[in-house]
Amino acid sequence: MSKMNRFSSPFDIETPPGGEGWQDLYSSHLLFSEDRKDYEESQFWFRDSIHWPRVITPFDVTFTEYALYSLSQYNSRHYMVPPALGVDFRILNGYCFLTPVAANPADIEGRVPHFMERAGFYYQNWNELYDKWMVKAKDVVARLEAVEFAQLPDMVDLEVVTSGAGKSHMYDHTRSYHALIDMGLELWQYHFEFLNLGYAAYLDYFGFCKQVFPDIPDLAIAKMVAGIDVDLFRPDMELRKLSQRAVELGLGDRLNSSASFAEVEKSLQESPSGRAWLAELEDAKHPWFNYSNGSGFHHNDAVWADNMDIPLSFINGYVGRLVAGENIERPTAAIIAERDRVTAEYTDLLDGDDRANFEQKVGLARLVFHYVENHNFYVEHWGHSVFWRKMRELGSVFVQQGFFQEPDDIFYLKRTEIPDALMDMMGAWAVGTEPRGKYTYPKEVARRRGILEALKKSTPPPALGVPPEVVTEPFTIMLWGVTSESIQTWLGGLSNDGGLSGFAASPGVAEGPARVITDSNDIGQVQDGEILVAPLTAPSWAPIFRRIAGTVTDTGGMMSHAAIVCREYGLPAVTGTAFATQQIQTGMRVRVDGNSGEVTILGGP
Amino acid sequence: MRVLWLDQYDETQHAQVGGKCASLGAMIAAGLPVPPAFAVTVDAFKESMRQGGADERLKDALRSIDISDVDALRSRAEEIQAIVRSVKPAPALADAVREAYGSLCERLGTDVPVAVRSSATAEDLPGASFAGEHDTYLWVRGADAVLAKMVECWASLFTDRAIAYREEMKFPHDAVFMSVGVQQMVEPRVSGVAMTLNPVNGDRSKIAIDAAWGLGESVVSGEVTPDHYVIDKIVFEIVGRTVSKKELEVVVVDHAVMRRPLEGERAEASCLTDDEVKAVARLARKAEKHFGRPQDVEWAIDGEAGAPVVHLLQSRPETVWSNKPRTSVSAGVKGGLESVVSTLLSPIRVRKP
Repeated sequence: MSKMNRFSSPFDIETPPGGEGWQDLYSSHLLFSEDRKDYEESQFWFRDSIHWPRVITPFDVTFTEYALYSLSQYNSRHYMVPPALGVDFRILNGYCFLTPVAANPADIEGRVPHFMERAGFYYQNWNELYDKWMVKAKDVVARLEAVEFAQLPDMVDLEVVTSGAGKSHMYDHTRSYHALIDMGLELWQYHFEFLNLGYAAYLDYFGFCKQVFPDIPDLAIAKMVAGIDVDLFRPDMELRKLSQRAVELGLGDRLNSSASFAEVEKSLQESPSGRAWLAELEDAKHPWFNYSNGSGFHHNDAVWADNMDIPLSFINGYVGRLVAGENIERPTAAIIAERDRVTAEYTDLLDGDDRANFEQKVGLARLVFHYVENHNFYVEHWGHSVFWRKMRELGSVFVQQGFFQEPDDIFYLKRTEIPDALMDMMGAWAVGTEPRGKYTYPKEVARRRGILEALKKSTPPPALGVPPEVVTEPFTIMLWGVTSESIQTWLGGLSNDGGLSGFAASPGVAEGPARVITDSNDIGQVQDGEILVAPLTAPSWAPIFRRIAGTVTDTGGMMSHAAIVCREYGLPAVTGTAFATQQIQTGMRVRVDGNSGEVTILGGP
Repeated sequence: MRVLWLDQYDETQHAQVGGKCASLGAMIAAGLPVPPAFAVTVDAFKESMRQGGADERLKDALRSIDISDVDALRSRAEEIQAIVRSVKPAPALADAVREAYGSLCERLGTDVPVAVRSSATAEDLPGASFAGEHDTYLWVRGADAVLAKMVECWASLFTDRAIAYREEMKFPHDAVFMSVGVQQMVEPRVSGVAMTLNPVNGDRSKIAIDAAWGLGESVVSGEVTPDHYVIDKIVFEIVGRTVSKKELEVVVVDHAVMRRPLEGERAEASCLTDDEVKAVARLARKAEKHFGRPQDVEWAIDGEAGAPVVHLLQSRPETVWSNKPRTSVSAGVKGGLESVVSTLLSPIRVRKP
C-alpha cells in the first residue's frame, strides 16, 4: 500500500451493507454532520480501540459520553490545563473516534496562573484529597449496589399501604433508573478528579528522565514509580491465595479439572473443607471479582463475579502449578528492592540541581501514580460491573413484561429512550392493559441487532482527517499511544513483508504459535506457550500472563492500563502495532521482540 | 624487583608498573576476568638504561626538541630509539622474564601467545590518556621474542608522536618511565571497546560498545566500522544498535596476526548477541563501579557461541566527558509546579526505539 499523507474524511466513510440507518441508534450530537462540517473536517480523529474495541451498542455510549466529557471538563473548566481543552468524540459506523481540542493560543498564558493555583492545591493536598476520593468512590458504588428493580406484582404488598408509603413500583423504577444513570455520571466525575493531574505530573517526570538520561527506556522510568500495594492487582492476588488454600485443604484435584463452576461448587458443598473454601471464595468475590475481562466499557465484557467459570479456570492454572511444585507468590520484596535499586542508581548519576529535581519529580510521580493505577478497579471494574448488573435487573423486568427476549436487549436502547419505554411499561401495568412496547420493541431490538452485526463486519479506519505534523498533546501520547510515528504506521497500512512494529513495551524476545483473541470472552482459549495477539489486553488477563510466551497488541499507550499490567508481570510485549490482529492468524508462528518493538511472522499455521 | 605478577599488585607499586599494568592489577584485584599477566618494572627499565651510560645519552638527546619541525623531530626520535635498542636487557632481568614467561607456559601450554604492552608511568591518567602513544605487540611467542618486544616497548617511549604528545601535555621527558606488561592472549571470536557513558552526549546512564570480529585491533585502529550498541547500565536494556558492514577481521593464522577480508553474511551480521552485549556491559559497569569513575575498556570474547567467555583486557579512565563541567538540564527550571506547566506547554516527544 502506498503512503498517503492523510486519512479519509469522516464524510467519505461508507456505511457497510446492512448497516444502513445506524445513525438513528446514537444521539445526533455524537454524529458527524453538515452542521459542524468545517470544524469536523479541520480536526484529526483517531479511533479509540483501547476503551471501545468493539461496536458500541446504543446504551453503552452512555459511558463514552460520561468518560470523555468528564475528562474534558476537568481539563478545560476545573484545572484550566493551559494548552488543552477537552477531548471531543464522534461515533461513526458504531466505533468511537476522538480528537483532542487545543486551547486558543491567545488564552494559554491567562490560564497558567489558574492552573498553578488549582493543580497546586491538589498536588499539595494529594493524600488528604485522595482519602476523601476513596470514601466518595466507595459510597457511589454502595449506592449503586443498593438500587433495586423488582418484578411487577399483580397487587402491591400490604405493607406499602399500611406503612403509608404512598408510592410504589411506578415511582421506584422511574426514580431508580434516573438515580442509576446519575450515579454513573457521578462515578465518572470522580474518575477524572485526579487522573489528568496524575498524568501531568508523570509526564513532567518522564520528560525530565528523557532529558537527563536521553535514551532511558520507558520501562525504567515506569519501574521507578510502580506501585507495590495496588488494588488493580488484588483480584489476581485473591486467586493465588484461593489456589494456595485449595491445595492446603486438599481440594487440588477437584479444582484442577475442566468441570464447570456449577459442578465444582456442587461437589465442594459435600465436604466441610469444600464448604470452608467456598466461603473464602465468597469473601474474595465481593468486591474483588467485580473485575471485567475487557475494558469494562462494553456491557458484554465478561465480569468474573457473573461468570465464575473464568476465575475458576485461572484457579485451575494456579493449582496445577502449585501441584507441580511451583511458587506462585508474588515476589513483593524483590520488586520493592529492584525499584529502589534502579531509583538509587539513576539518582547517583546526577548531582546538583539535576539531582534535587530528579528526586522531587520521582517523589511526585510516585505520589500520583498510586491513583493512576488504582482508580481503574473502583470505576471501570467494580463500579461498571455493578452498573451493568443493575441495568440487567431492569432489563429482566422488561423481559417479563414482554418488551425484550433477554435482559441484555436493554442495551440496544438509547439511554434517552428508556424513560419512554419505562413509562409505557409502568403505565400499562398501572392501567391493566397491554403495553404498546410489547409489539414494537422486540422487532426494533432485532432490527438494531442486525444493523450492529453488519457494522461489526466492517474494519474501521485507525484515524480520520488530516494528521498534525507532530503529535504533542500529552494525553494523546500517554494514554492512547498516538504519536507521530504511529500515525505514519497507520498511513503506511498493512505491510507485505509480514513484519509489524510498535512500542517495545516490555523487554525480552519470545517465539511461539499465535493465538488471536478479538473478543475478550475468548481468553480461555489461550494455551501455554502461545503468543497472545489482541486488540489490547485487559488487567484481568493477568492470570494467564505467566502461561503465555509474549503478547502483541494493536493499540496501547505507555500509560494505558494494559501497559501498566504488562510491565508489572514482566511479559515480553509489543504494543501499538495497529494491524496485528488483522495480519496475524491463530496458529502462525511469530516472534515478538520486546527490545526492538518488532514482530515477525515466521510461518503459516 | 624486576618482574611483578599483577595478581600480586597493590597501589603502592603504581610507579613501578605504569598506568596500564596498574590498571590490570587493580582489575585482577577487583575480581574482573583479566587474562594472567606480569609486569617488567620501571626499576628494571632504569637498571638496563644505566648500562653503558645510555640514560645520560638519552637525556642529552632529549634536550631542546622542536616539535614543530616534523622531519627534524622524526630523525631525532630515530636517533633516540637507536640508543634504547642498543641496550641489552640486564642479565638478571632477562633471567627473571624467562622464568616468569616459563611459568605462564607451565600453566597454559607451550609457547603461550602473549601481548607485550607498553605501560608508561605517565599513562591512563584522568587528564591524559596517552592512548595509542606507545607500542603494543600481539601474539608474541617464546621468551626470546618476549625480550625483544620488551625492548621495542621501551623504545616506543621515544617515538616522534610520544615525544610530541609529552611536549604538548607539558610532561618532562626525563620524568616518564616505561614498564612493560606481558599478558596471556586470548584468541577472540569478537572483541572491541566499551565506554561507560554515551560518548555522543555524555549521558552517564549508558554504556556504549563497539565490536568487530576477531582481535580488537581493527576497532582500536579504526580500520573497521564496528557494530555499535548502546545499553542502559541500570536496567540493562539495549537502547541503540547500529550494525555496520565490517570489511575485515584481524585474526591469527599460523601464529601470525593478519587482516582477513570479510564478505557476505558475516560482514553484515551483528557480531554480538543481545546476551553478549549485556555480558560486556556488565563487565564494563563492574570496572566503572570498582574504579569509581567512567571507564574506557577493551574486551574480548572467546568460547563457543552458546557459552561466551568475556575477558577484560584493559580499563582506563574516560578522559573527555569526565573532565568537562557537568551540564545541568535544570537551568531555568524553578519549582515543581512550574516545571509541570512547562512540560504541558512544550510536551516531550515519545520515540519508538
